[in-house]
Amino acid sequence: MSNVLERVTKIIVDRLGVDESKVTPEATFKEDLGADSLDVVELVMELEDEFGLQFSDEDSEKIVTVGDAVSYIESKL
Amino acid sequence: MTLAGKTALVTGASRGIGKEIALELARNGANIVVNYAGNTQLAEQVADEIRSIGRESIAIQADVANSEAVEQMVKETVNMFGTLDILVNNAGITRDQLLMRMKESDWDDVLNTNLKSVFLTTKAVSRQMMKQRKGRIINISSIVGVSGNAGQANYVAAKAGIIGLTKTAAKELAPRNITVNAVAPGFITTDMTDKLPEDVKQELYKQIPLARLGEPKDIAYVVAFLASEKSSYITGQTIHVNGGMYM
Repeated sequence: MSNVLERVTKIIVDRLGVDESKVTPEATFKEDLGADSLDVVELVMELEDEFGLQFSDEDSEKIVTVGDAVSYIESKL
Repeated sequence: MTLAGKTALVTGASRGIGKEIALELARNGANIVVNYAGNTQLAEQVADEIRSIGRESIAIQADVANSEAVEQMVKETVNMFGTLDILVNNAGITRDQLLMRMKESDWDDVLNTNLKSVFLTTKAVSRQMMKQRKGRIINISSIVGVSGNAGQANYVAAKAGIIGLTKTAAKELAPRNITVNAVAPGFITTDMTDKLPEDVKQELYKQIPLARLGEPKDIAYVVAFLASEKSSYITGQTIHVNGGMYM
């Protein structure tokens, strides 16, 4: 099983159609990766499916960067 | 058959307008989840009738004002049919009373069942519809939601709220090819209007240019159209079906 960052990166690349080099832990979904609010909601849904997790609404709101998503997932696994 | 292979969830579908909507969507080819609050026998009869015309159907009891029950119902629907293409928010109750005499619980019950339910079901189905990049949500409002009606402060507020919620959901979900519309019936012959005294009915007719009450099928035809591909450029609208009573 590849690590969390790799799996998250793959989903982001697939969903947002961005270059993999842009998907760094510091990258913000909205500003750096060009996601709109619905894209972020959908990404969270896909991450939930990928990792078999349920993100609470409060927690989802705090996820701004790729790193935020990765550390949140790691904390739940 | 415009809805062949589609899955529709209709709330409050054991009788009245909801039942007719469920049957009409089935006649157009959709498989139907018959949601109901309490009367298992009636709901099962509707599901049987749908199966008898060659569609799949299950009846699911769920309190639409309860988020867990709603999420569970949507999950069951997707597990069973694999898709969820059409949501019709029809479930509704009345607790009529003049404002001065209306109990807080009458207000809360009606707002929860008639309005909060629309928020909960819409939220729950959005996930599936966003994934599918396609969906139809049709909310049953009411003429009184735009005209007001003495003795129905709670019902009117809920039905007006549905119109605002419809417009907002339409804006939010449009980028994912999900349309959200409302249908506002006028006075339709159901258990709800059968309770009206005869003199009240006679007075009503005078206010309706077409001089009669509507039938549940008048609403069901519009819902079937809004559920179909033919309505793909219509979203955020409230379609009035009221014999001209409100224009």
